[in-house]
Amino acid sequence: MEPIMIKNAIALLLLAAVGAIFVSLLAGYMPDEQLNLTARYYAERTAQDIGTANIVTAIVVTYRGLDTLGEVTVLFISAAIVGLVLAQGRLPTNVPGSPQQPRVPVGELLSTGSRLLTPLILLLGIYVFVNGHLTPGGGFQGGAIIASGMLLLLLADPLKHFSHRLIDVIESISGLLFVGIGVLGLLYAGGFLDNRLLPIGTLGELFSAGVIPLIYSLIGLKVGSEFSSMLASLSETEEA
Amino acid sequence: MSSLINGMTLVLCVTMIGAALVAIRDKRLPIAILASGLVSLIASILFLVLAAPDVAMTEAAIGSGLTTFLFFFVLARVRGGEQDGADHD
Repeated sequence: MEPIMIKNAIALLLLAAVGAIFVSLLAGYMPDEQLNLTARYYAERTAQDIGTANIVTAIVVTYRGLDTLGEVTVLFISAAIVGLVLAQGRLPTNVPGSPQQPRVPVGELLSTGSRLLTPLILLLGIYVFVNGHLTPGGGFQGGAIIASGMLLLLLADPLKHFSHRLIDVIESISGLLFVGIGVLGLLYAGGFLDNRLLPIGTLGELFSAGVIPLIYSLIGLKVGSEFSSMLASLSETEEA
Repeated sequence: MSSLINGMTLVLCVTMIGAALVAIRDKRLPIAILASGLVSLIASILFLVLAAPDVAMTEAAIGSGLTTFLFFFVLARVRGGEQDGADHD
């Protein structure tokens, strides 16, 4: 038997084994009649304890706030590594009259469309993270939407330069404030990242749920600036 | 109503598997990238059907939006090396 056939046979066997695992999972599947113990706790206590209409936000920002801090840190480290790796090949931007390669001209549709759409996309991103405690979405989603607006700008004008200093300042200040609010919760409320630092207010209003809107807005700014800095570094890298 | 949702979900699942196969098998890289973006887009619709709008938003913004364009960025950078990869397989 040829080696390639043995390889294919092994791959098929492995696929069949994985499929068998999933079939047994599917065969034993029974939809839950009611929420399990943890889910019921969250569903019953979120509205009165945390004051968010969106239970997912209460879990992400307050009940599991430390995990979110970890996620933001992971994202920060990956953005830093991307910047570090790509900094090697960055174009000498400060040299006046440096030769630029001729590029494919951007179409009229893209350039006009990006002027119209970019402010709307940025506004949608801000809406998503400011309303994170009321409607689905939040800091991570809003930050990603803001970064896609930046991506549209970059597509319309590949030579555009974002101010890396501004992005860095926004990113570090929001990160510092996020941790600072967490420490303040340790001192003045129930614990690290406790949202009851500010009054909980009425369920469903914009200024409610304590510091959750504040924290989620900071996360949104931080995630948005991290993604934007990655995209900007990518587009500024010298073409190989 | 429920059977309508079920039928739609079935169609979406089949399309998703088809798009995933195209993403793996197709030799034209831009087509493969677009197909993998389609997989993420359908996944986000399925998350919405499963009543997880938060996950659906993340999947739509990052999975089908940013990742697809990131692949295109990288593809534009590695265009010169395409000949090397053509001999394999």
